[in-house]
Amino acid sequence: MTILCAGINHRNAAVEVRERFAVGNHELEEALTRMRGIDGLFGAVIVSTCNRVEFYASSVCPIRAMDGLRHFLAERTGCNELPFYSHDSLPSVRHLFRVASGLDSMVVGETEILGQLKQAYQSAAGHGATNACLNRLFQHAFRVAKQVRTETRITRGSTSVGSVAVELAGKIFGDLAGRKVMLLGAGETSERVARSLVSRGVRTVIVSNRTFDRAAALADSIGGLAVHFDHWHTAFDEVDILICSTAAPHPIVTREKLEKILQSHRERPLFIIDLAVPRDVDPAVNAIDNVYLYDMDSLEQIARQSIEIRQTEVDRCEQLIERHVGEFLTWMRHHPAMPR
Amino acid sequence: MESYLLIGATLFLIAGFAHTLLRVHAGKLRPGRFNLASIIGAFLLLSVDLWFRGQVQRSCPLYSLFDVLLFMAWATALLYFLVGSAYRLSLLGVFTSPLVLLLLLTAQLAPLSRAPATPSIRDPWIEFHAALSLIAYGAFALAGIAGLMFLVQDRQLKKRMGGSLLYNLPPITDLAIANTRLIRLGLVILTIAFAAGFLSGMPVNTLKFWTSATIWAAYGILVLLRQIHTLAPRKTAILSVAALGFVLITLPAIQHLSSAK
Repeated sequence: MTILCAGINHRNAAVEVRERFAVGNHELEEALTRMRGIDGLFGAVIVSTCNRVEFYASSVCPIRAMDGLRHFLAERTGCNELPFYSHDSLPSVRHLFRVASGLDSMVVGETEILGQLKQAYQSAAGHGATNACLNRLFQHAFRVAKQVRTETRITRGSTSVGSVAVELAGKIFGDLAGRKVMLLGAGETSERVARSLVSRGVRTVIVSNRTFDRAAALADSIGGLAVHFDHWHTAFDEVDILICSTAAPHPIVTREKLEKILQSHRERPLFIIDLAVPRDVDPAVNAIDNVYLYDMDSLEQIARQSIEIRQTEVDRCEQLIERHVGEFLTWMRHHPAMPR
Repeated sequence: MESYLLIGATLFLIAGFAHTLLRVHAGKLRPGRFNLASIIGAFLLLSVDLWFRGQVQRSCPLYSLFDVLLFMAWATALLYFLVGSAYRLSLLGVFTSPLVLLLLLTAQLAPLSRAPATPSIRDPWIEFHAALSLIAYGAFALAGIAGLMFLVQDRQLKKRMGGSLLYNLPPITDLAIANTRLIRLGLVILTIAFAAGFLSGMPVNTLKFWTSATIWAAYGILVLLRQIHTLAPRKTAILSVAALGFVLITLPAIQHLSSAK
């Protein structure tokens, strides 16, 4: 039995190419059935995400099966020149284990791909498209991914400004349930951060923007309250997280102003995320007890650190994966005649 | 027999601490089960040791500085089990095991007399007073550790440093809560211990009395200021670390004064 893998990903194909090959949920069953119909091909799993479209299969006559797969894809997409990579057993197994562990992702170590792989495998199994060999392969891949996550630092830290901000909020407050957020300025990034915080349990979002209508619209869409920009400080009571992204040419939150506001706020920490350039918050604010100020540069620096930590872990992950690839191939050698 | 138990407890802690250092070196600050197991092992051996010596002395074994250090090590480990899991501060174990190890090593390696320095007074109030006082100091020790962790995390956040420490230390709000609650807990236990001491009617050296009263008053003021919201968490953490330093310096002196009576 041979494992086959063919596909395209963010490295070898631009998004406009990937979208032509994508297999949507509505066409998955038909695609799986057609793949299963390829002569010499027994099991099939299709992984289709925004960054990759991959076809996994098992076969006893790999050359014939791969030809059939190419023919099927050419027919499906209308392309004669397929930009696909294709592997047989060893590289296929290694590739799947690397994909599941997040090593082949655009952001190394991201974990979303594991959920997408599980989903793809379950869909294929649900449609009766997998066989014992592929079942074993995917279960092993999920186990490898789990081990890589727990035994290395490949998933350490956050790698985008928004996720760093949300993670820092967790490091300051622990549980975000019941916390209050204020947005000064209704920029796109601050809206994304606010939405992430809401999904983590933040109770109230107050939006203040120079254009009140924009504040009201944003507040409405995330279930918050809008206040006039001139009165933002009056609504500051009990705010835990302040996200600033106005287009003001000079700081609007100064140390003097904040110290006055914080007189009744002494007990609780205040996390300020300044996403504006030029900055909205005077850097001297960070010297106030219990106030933690992060601007774009500091958030990006932490994100970069996380990426660097992840890069240093890649070798350890590869070694771990190689061990599992060996184990799986040994298992395959001992089970040459798998049920179809 | 007792010395084997103490050596065993010390070896448990050394193994746990060494394992933690190796994990830290590998970039994993979060303590594993090994760290917890080493503290549990040391605690069990210390408990058996205290029980044996209690049987020999026919009272709670608190009659020499050696006894006091061992009892405090035991009390600190006990409070860690009670508090560490309650506040999900498992990392407290990383900081607790070296403190317990330090107390054990000091007890065993420092030239301290192990013979009871004071005759065994079988007054339950005095035993209650002594035992509770040391448990209270154990709570203050853990409060100091939580305070130290708060200060480390505060520095990480203020200096905008990412990295292992930031991700492995508990949220700063949890540390502030743990710090305050442990100080309160210690103060309540110490107050009960002092009340038991008064009820026993034992004669007290004036210097010992005022030193103990100063410690009690210092923690009392700390709790009061926190209660009326005039002391920020960072200052509370600094003061709790400073107070722990004061306790660690004066505790042997207090014991010496008790022995000299």
